[in-house]
Order: sequence, then C-alpha cells, then structure tokens
Amino acid sequence: MDERDEIIIEPGKSAVSMGLGGLWKYRDLLYFLVWRDLKVKYKQTALGVAWAILQPALSMIIFSFLFGSLANLPSDGIPYPVFVLAGLLPWNYFASVLGQSTQSLVANANLISKIYFPRVIIPVSSAAAALMDFAIASCVLIVMMFWYGASISAGVVLIPVLVLVTMMTAVGFGAWLSALNVRYRDIQYAVPFLIQVWMFATPVIYPRSLLGEKWGWLVYLNPMGGVIEAFRPALFGNREIPWGGLSISVGVGFFVFITGMAYFRKVERHFADII
Amino acid sequence: MKPIISIQGVSKRYSIGEKSSYGSLREEVMDALAAPFRRVLKGEARREEPTVWAIKDVSFDVNEGDVVGIIGRNGAGKSTLLKILSRITEPTEGRITMRGRIASLLEVGTGFHPELTGRENIFLNGALLGMTAKEIRAKFDEIVAFSEIEKFLDTPVKRYSSGMYVRLAFAVAAHLEPEILVIDEVLAVGDAAFQKKCLGKMGDIGKEGRTVLFVSHNMTALRSLCKSAVLMENGKNTDYGESGKIINKYLSFNSEVKKQIWDSPDSAPGNDHVRLHYLSITPILQSDELITVKTPIRFTAGFWNYLPGTVLNFSVVVYNIEGVAIFNTVSRSQACTERIVWGSFDIPGNFLNDGTYTVRLLIVRDESVVLFDKNNLLIFEVHDIDREGVWHGKWIGAIRPKFDWELK
Repeated sequence: MDERDEIIIEPGKSAVSMGLGGLWKYRDLLYFLVWRDLKVKYKQTALGVAWAILQPALSMIIFSFLFGSLANLPSDGIPYPVFVLAGLLPWNYFASVLGQSTQSLVANANLISKIYFPRVIIPVSSAAAALMDFAIASCVLIVMMFWYGASISAGVVLIPVLVLVTMMTAVGFGAWLSALNVRYRDIQYAVPFLIQVWMFATPVIYPRSLLGEKWGWLVYLNPMGGVIEAFRPALFGNREIPWGGLSISVGVGFFVFITGMAYFRKVERHFADII
Repeated sequence: MKPIISIQGVSKRYSIGEKSSYGSLREEVMDALAAPFRRVLKGEARREEPTVWAIKDVSFDVNEGDVVGIIGRNGAGKSTLLKILSRITEPTEGRITMRGRIASLLEVGTGFHPELTGRENIFLNGALLGMTAKEIRAKFDEIVAFSEIEKFLDTPVKRYSSGMYVRLAFAVAAHLEPEILVIDEVLAVGDAAFQKKCLGKMGDIGKEGRTVLFVSHNMTALRSLCKSAVLMENGKNTDYGESGKIINKYLSFNSEVKKQIWDSPDSAPGNDHVRLHYLSITPILQSDELITVKTPIRFTAGFWNYLPGTVLNFSVVVYNIEGVAIFNTVSRSQACTERIVWGSFDIPGNFLNDGTYTVRLLIVRDESVVLFDKNNLLIFEVHDIDREGVWHGKWIGAIRPKFDWELK
C-alpha cells in the first residue's frame, strides 16, 4: 500500500493542470480524441474528405481570379495560383485550429464537468486533428507545382519545422481563446471576424515585398507573417529564406505559446465550476 | 492500517450570482473600469458576490476494501463531494488524501459520440475514464460480452435504443480497475436483468478488495451492497456507520407530516361551520414502525362541528408527488350534533407504491355542499426496502397492489 501514489486534494493545488507532463500521461486519450474528431468530421457528408481538397482549391481559384488576374498582385516570380495556395495552406491550418480550439472547451463541457483529465488535451487535440486537412490539402499543392513545372527546393526540409511553429503558435492562441471563452462567450463570436481580418494582415494573398521596406518589417510581428514568408522560399527556392524575420515571428509565437499555457494553467481549475 | 481515503474538513463554495456563472466580456470590463471609482466615491470594498456552501466541513475516512454508500436528499451535497473526490473541481477548504488510483463514474456514457460505432465508443470512453489503449484492448471482449450488444458493435450509437446505450456505457465503466471507484446515481437504469448484472458486478468489485464510494437513492441496492454508509444533510456529513442503521436514520429524517393536532378551535383551520381538530396517518400494527409498501396504515380525522343536526360526510383524496390523484374515498353521510366528529379508514398493505403522498380532506354537507377543503394536510412517505427478488428499480404504476395470482 505504501508504494502507491498518494493523491492530495487541496484548494489551489490544481489536479487538472498537469501541463505537458499530463499530455504525455494521457497520450492515449489525446490520440482517441484526435481520432474521434477525424472520424466524425466528415460523417454524413456526401463528399467526405474531398472537402479538405475542395476548400483550398476553390479558394485558390477565386483568389487567383480576383487578386491575380483582376488586381494583378505581384507574386515574387511564382505563378499566382501556386503562390496563393502555398500561403493558404499554412494559413488555413492556423485559422481552423484557432476557430476550433476556441470552441473546443465549451463544446466538450460535459466532459469537463464529469470527467477528470488534463484540460489542455482538448485544445491540443483540435490542433492535431486539423493537421489531417493540412496534409490532404498539401497534395493539391504538389499537383499544382507539377502542373506549373515548379521545382521543389532543398529548403523543403524546413517545412515540417514551419508547420510545428504554426502549431505551437495556434495552440498558444487556442489556449488563450478557449480558456477565455469558458468565461466570456463573446470570444466565440469575435474569433471568426478576427480570423478574417488577420488573413488580410498576413501575406497570404500578397507578398510582403508589396508593403515596401518602410512597413514590411511589421509583418514579422505577426507570428504567421514570418511563417508564410518563409514557407514559400522554403518550397520554391525563389529567394532567400528571411531568417531574421522568421526568428522574430517564432519569438512572438513562442511568447504567445508560453503565456497561453500559463494562463490556461491558472484558470483551468475553475472550468468545471463556470462552464 | 492507514485509511485509503481521508477527508478532512472539506468545504466547497459556489458563486450563485448571474455574473460569476458567465457574464459578457463587456460587462466585466465596464465593471472593472468602474470599480476603483466606486470604491473612491463610496469608500466601500467590492460588493460581495452571492455564494452558497454546497458542502461544509465534511470529514470522514474510508478503509481499503470498504463499499460505502453516500445517502442524502437532493441538494445535500453528495454530488459535489464526488466531484471533489474525482478531482473535477477543487475544494474551497480542507484536504483529501487518497492512497491509490481512482476512477469515477459520475454519469453513464459521458463522452459517447452518437456518430461513432459501439466499438469506437468503447475505446473513446475507456480512454476518457483513464484506461490505456492496451488495457481497453485486453478487456474489449469482456466489455462486449457484458453489454450484450455484439450484433450492433459496428452500428453508430445514435441508432441504439436507450437501453443498449446504457448497457454499453455501464459495461465500459464496470471494467475499470482502479483501487478506488467513485460512482454517482447510475444504477437507476436498464432493465431488471441488466440491473441484476450491474449490482452483481459492483458486489464483485467490492469483494475483490477494491474501495467503492457510491451515491444512490435506491435504498434496496444500498442495503444489499454497502457495509457502511455516510449520511449527508445540508452539505454536512451528519453520520457514518453501518449501512442498515444509517438508512433507517435517513428514512426517518424527512419532511413528513404524519400527525396534526389543533387543541384550540381558535388556531385551527376551518370556518364558522367546521374546524379541524385532529389528523393522522399511522401504521396499524405498531405506531412507531416505518411505513413501507407492505404496511397497512390508518387515516384518522376529527373536526369540531358547529352546525347542529346537519348531515355530513368526509371525503379524502390522496395524491402522489407528481400531483396525480391516486384515489378518493368518501365516508357515508351521518347526521351530526355539535361536537367533535371522528372518522377513520384503513389503507391496506401492498396497495400504495413507494413514494411521497399528500392528503386532501373535504367535509361535505348533504352530499353536495363543500364546507371545508384543504390540500397538503398530511405528507407521508411509503418506503421500499427489503424487497424480495432481484429487481431493484422503481416499480411502475401509481399503485402497487398484490393480487392473488393463480398459476397453472
């Protein structure tokens, strides 16, 4: 009996916040929650997983027509459709994690009020599940690159790192927003709007160079700015990877991640009482 | 030996204000901005939020291998205590020490996803309850066999009947193997055969030397499963001991009104024609006996009659807790003088179902004019304990007569 774990329950000693250690201990649950989200996502849809291809493909066609053909936006020497798709992929991933993780805690309120587990698993599982759509949509990009005869650069090895940075940033924001949403349901109405505005503030449909030297640096304060600016040269090798700008963005993303986790840990013990 | 669970002075306070549940961000921001000015202007501290103590100063120990029932009325704090033990919410004060792995089942089927199949939900639910994928795979066949849903294993659970759903959910939970198992009212589900199976399983869990804490309103099940019990009243644990003793104490402590006497007509309910003097409902054999479904009971009423030479009769209506009139019984009419008029009748045993009943009395003149009519004069409870057989669920029906069955 003495070798058993002793569990102490006391005020202020939060049992549900186990941080990243808790994620590891409950990795099977994380796996099943991701798996649930994936299984359920396209149930009772006629097109199923095809949606993961259709959505970015249709956006690409519309943006190429509006901004590429009509507005004639520059695209750093890459065919505009490929350019915009390479921006949309990481952006869509980021945006869908943000949207889903914001809702995630409230959507799983019954789990939170009835079952004990590290709460952070919920927004993290949203981020992990969205990777599947990203992977499927990437196939569209690969096909498009072949179509336009674009060659893949050696910098492609950087892509997984950039995806990880995106994930970290998205989980950071997701931790903030989902926890705030438990208390203030205003968040879930504000976030879709925020995502819309944010996309235009990020060089998704235009290159950073469009902003000129005077304002261009501002893009890197946006953590997704640096990621997307690095994503394209890493893929196409059309220009230098902006290491300086990327590191600023990664720094900002890391800051959001750390503060998001800290805030989440601080408030998660009250989730069951107020959700 | 150290107790496996030691609860020391645990209290939990909840805010009950509208704002603290969840307000809008704007309100909170405006409030925060206005707060310092309010303090400066009025020189007062932030106003107190309305709060309520769901449980207050609860302390008891549980020894390893004990199966402990937690008994109390709705709102006594039983579920809050289980939530704190399950680490879903934290106490406001106090400390709990547990020595062993704990699993809790506060609701059957939490986390079941309607779109997923039975097979998929077993894995998801198992993982939620704290099993690893390996443990679930090892137990999978046992869980399926226990739930009796083999044929529908690959059907989405949204197409399940509620009985199938509950069986599957309980089957997953029943195969957890923690040292401490915490269960909220979950036995009130399923059909008789499945209930028997669940109770049997719970009995086995206890026999295996694991510790079980369980909340139920089902006294029959509690009596048969638990060695000891904790009684909770208004957020406090008021007694702890052998389960039979605690159950009796709980059953005798309630809001029953089985007798009312008015010695003086001045304060008695009534009017210029009649006033109540005495009302009671008592077991016929021993007056201190608990009223169970088997107990014959006697209703007695007496009233002052101020109308000489009138023809009066009693009429009594008994309602159940849902307000359904179970029966109306009427006495014969009788010419009465100015005195206390008495009337009584007996309700046989094996007639009323278990539950809470209220009594309405009418006094009628000439079989047509209602002189007096008042509801909720008496409130009594018919208990259901020591039932024979294996069915522990709520008996269906407004009444529960025991007819003479002839079997061939």
